[in-house]
Amino acid sequence: MVVSCEEVWREVSNYLDGEVEPGLRVAMQEHIRGCQRCAAVLDGTRNVLQLYGDERMLEVPLGFSHRLHQRLDENMPGSRRSFLGWIVATAAACLVAGTIEVARSSAFRGPESRSEHAQPGVGVPPNMMVVVSEDGKLFHAAGCEFIHEKTKLRTITAAEASRQGYSPCVRCLKKYLVTA
Amino acid sequence: MPERVTSLERPAEQFNEEMLIRRVLAGEHDLFYELIRPYERRVYAAAFAILRNDADAEDVAQEAVLKAFKHIRQFRAESRFSTWLIQITVNEARMRRRKEHANIMEPIADRQDEEGNYTPRDFADWREIPSETLERSEVRQKLAEALAELGQIYREVFVLRDMQHLSIEETAKALGISTASVKTRLLRARLMLRDLLAPGLGGAWSMTSRLSFVKGTKPW
Repeated sequence: MVVSCEEVWREVSNYLDGEVEPGLRVAMQEHIRGCQRCAAVLDGTRNVLQLYGDERMLEVPLGFSHRLHQRLDENMPGSRRSFLGWIVATAAACLVAGTIEVARSSAFRGPESRSEHAQPGVGVPPNMMVVVSEDGKLFHAAGCEFIHEKTKLRTITAAEASRQGYSPCVRCLKKYLVTA
Repeated sequence: MPERVTSLERPAEQFNEEMLIRRVLAGEHDLFYELIRPYERRVYAAAFAILRNDADAEDVAQEAVLKAFKHIRQFRAESRFSTWLIQITVNEARMRRRKEHANIMEPIADRQDEEGNYTPRDFADWREIPSETLERSEVRQKLAEALAELGQIYREVFVLRDMQHLSIEETAKALGISTASVKTRLLRARLMLRDLLAPGLGGAWSMTSRLSFVKGTKPW
């Protein structure tokens, strides 16, 4: 069996999926061996599958899983998590409200920010795990490309990072930051 | 021999999943978290492939998971749980899209001709791409942008089949189209992506990009 370039292009996808019958497969292999253009089409298409098939291409927004579980918590009837979640959420809300009030009060001076310019991380979920470095001024989401000092890293909650004077990284935590 | 493995789930995982579903149905609702955990990213990716907007995709992903929980009694074991979940997500996303774009004309790219032969462009060979390339965020961005250039019908098939590794049949079921349509659209999607990416990944990206990509897009 002899196949043309057009037939190869029409079947290249099925070929890569192992969905062509053996006779056609052999004929395509024969053709591709002698045709530079079809070989390039096959290699390129295979590269597309390899690259996009990589797990790293399925990125989700930061905190997606956390927010999804929170939404489930709120809607799952009779769930222990739902009840506990409600208690934790209420306690957290009280804590945040209290903290904001206390911070606003002129009688109380909060921890000094390590950065003169950065804004405090009020929009970042307090329970979110973030990364800080001893000598740095900012806290980051894990994997942020803008962590400069990578040798003395610690993982703590965003609330703890704020208490220690760290401010949120405007690049990796941009979506949480509240603009005035 | 097929070049690709068509399913990610192994029998042991499927057995574990069936057990989890039985226990959720028996009232252990907390186990639903375990059930969906492996598919969270896929749900988001499916929603994003249709909506192409972070906030909408996240909202629809949450709605879909909630719907799956509420209707888990309707799940039939003849299909995979993941396929069922993706099917719900696709339906939710399409409904959202229809609702929000009711008065907007589909972009030209979404009306690309499904039938007819596609002629791949004549590029020199594209050398093999090591997976380390994906460590570079600019490469991931280029791939995302190329995918965003595809029409809707091609993008959704490609995302389910080639990024989420559903089988042809599962993809067809999730999208409510025939397996023949899946294959036709898949061929077109793969060749178009190859044509969009080959010039850059063949070496030109280290200098000047020849692609006109749209900023702010995601990989699906």
